[in-house]
Amino acid sequence: MKIAVLLTMVPDLVEELEIDASGTALDAQWLRYVISESDDHALEQALLLKDRHGASVTALALDYGDVEQTLFTALAKGADAAVKITPMPEGGPRRREAAAVFAEILRRQSADLVLTGVQAINDLDGHLPGLLGGLLDLPYVGVTRSVEVAAAGGVIVQKEYPGGVVAEISVPLPAVIGVISAPQPPRYVPVARIREVMKTRSISAEAAPELGAQPAPAIRRMFKPEPAGQATMLSGGTEQAAQELAAILDSRGLLR
Amino acid sequence: MLSALPRPWQREFNPCIQCGICGGSCPLGHAMDSTPRRIIHLAREGLLDEVLRSTTLWLCVSCYTCSARCPSGLKITDLLFPALRDAAMTAGLQPPAEVKKALDSTYRYGNPFGEGPRKRLEWTKGAGVPVPVISQLRRPVEVLWIVECYPAYHPRNQRQAQAMARLLTALGVDFAILGPEERCVGDCERLAGEQGLFDSLVEYTTSLLNRYEYGEIVTGDPHAMNSLRRIYPGAGRRPPVRHYVEFLADRLDALRPVLRGRIPARVTYHDNCTLGRAWGIYDQPRALLRAIPGLTLVEMPFARESALCCGGGGAGMWLDTMIWQTAHERLSDRRIAHALAAGADILAVSCPFETSRFEDALKSTGNEGRLVVRDILELLDESLTARSEVQA
Repeated sequence: MKIAVLLTMVPDLVEELEIDASGTALDAQWLRYVISESDDHALEQALLLKDRHGASVTALALDYGDVEQTLFTALAKGADAAVKITPMPEGGPRRREAAAVFAEILRRQSADLVLTGVQAINDLDGHLPGLLGGLLDLPYVGVTRSVEVAAAGGVIVQKEYPGGVVAEISVPLPAVIGVISAPQPPRYVPVARIREVMKTRSISAEAAPELGAQPAPAIRRMFKPEPAGQATMLSGGTEQAAQELAAILDSRGLLR
Repeated sequence: MLSALPRPWQREFNPCIQCGICGGSCPLGHAMDSTPRRIIHLAREGLLDEVLRSTTLWLCVSCYTCSARCPSGLKITDLLFPALRDAAMTAGLQPPAEVKKALDSTYRYGNPFGEGPRKRLEWTKGAGVPVPVISQLRRPVEVLWIVECYPAYHPRNQRQAQAMARLLTALGVDFAILGPEERCVGDCERLAGEQGLFDSLVEYTTSLLNRYEYGEIVTGDPHAMNSLRRIYPGAGRRPPVRHYVEFLADRLDALRPVLRGRIPARVTYHDNCTLGRAWGIYDQPRALLRAIPGLTLVEMPFARESALCCGGGGAGMWLDTMIWQTAHERLSDRRIAHALAAGADILAVSCPFETSRFEDALKSTGNEGRLVVRDILELLDESLTARSEVQA
């Protein structure tokens, strides 16, 4: 089985995010990037399938935000090949464009199974994997916590639903799967292995396809949550505070 | 079967006479499925699979008791455990989750907390004195102070760093810190067996230290002192590296006149493993405590060479869950009982790991309020600024 894992870089929240002078984007000066958490799980899921069934795993990523470190780490963990898609705008493309770029590259890669994170901190709606399934005209299942090879062919995925409900779904291949978590935490790989891989392995480059103009939303304003300053502190004893609280709730029509 | 270990450490452990002093001395030996003696025996027999899967691997908190007592002088703490952990991780065996997170954060951010480098200076805001950063001074300094990660980032340990800044200032020491450029020295990562990570930290910090001119390095972290003084390449050829207890004990004549505030309390000192058993530094911390007016120094039942470990050394700070699940106890809980038995009002320490460990231990053993935990730096600072807030 040939597995393609798509890795995307997202802003690292370890540093305070700052908004630039335009007021519509993050200030790139202090911005650093980190692999999206659910993509890290998608990689782990792919490596588990490789460990159990001998799949070949290719990690693909868009070339922005220290992506080489992420791809070398993927190789050190056990990926068979790493591909960076280049060039990319600083900070990466929007999700719709990212999906279109990945779709073009995947048409050349002929993977049986495409795994990627179901969402990212800058894609909470989880657009990327669903769009990708649509663009490639492949079955898509998102929010999986396990992917196993089915004896009858294809894969069986466990998909999470709200309220703790899980469904087991048979998916024919090829398919796109949006991973929320792997059955086990992403593996630790010793730094010596990463350093060795940096010296002995290489990352191949694929030219980013020309896409032409893509529909994109215009951001009018980006801002941090603003404190509303409407808190009312109730003083006095318990009895008095309770009466005041009841009066407030009543005045808002919240008591029946 | 995991790969065999064609490593020099196997030769190192051939002289083992299988006496068992290591396992008998180990404060967590009772919880190990194989003591260090048995581990060495299994490794000699080529049974590495059993060795690398043993619970013993992650029960060592680098207290150096076995190393200090081994009649053959084997480096069990510094060599055996890091090599086995390295071999286990290289074979794909996963370290405990907290260790994994700390190692990953150190690789990514240069500190085990996963905090941003820019936040490394936050503690200086509460120091009340200027804390110069060497890259901004652009001149040689007398003392380059390696603050290290816990005093820079951990809210409890930041108070120790702030006390040190005030003490150095009061003594008129010409000092500077590395500031946001500083990264973990890596002693605990080394002891955790992450040799590749340690190598990368050594490369980084060595090149940083070579960039500046200074008379000596002083640190409040015994682990940083340990690696910088003994393990880093060129150690011994560069300017000297000292822990603050050594640096300040040499300046007692200058220190005594400024220690004006009395601390009329019974104080006991906990010998941390690295300064104590690894370096034999027992007298300087006690000399500093005796210099504080009004203070009475009392000794615990187990002191100096036989002091019980706080459980935080090596990778111990990141092994609490694993050790609790395996041994059903924390060494810091046991150690607190020694301090209470000594009738102390204050438990004095000189390692950043210990303040929070012992304060937690007081709470978890139901002894909160019977004792306070203070770094020697904090006690000196309280005397210096004539504050007397130390009451149990």
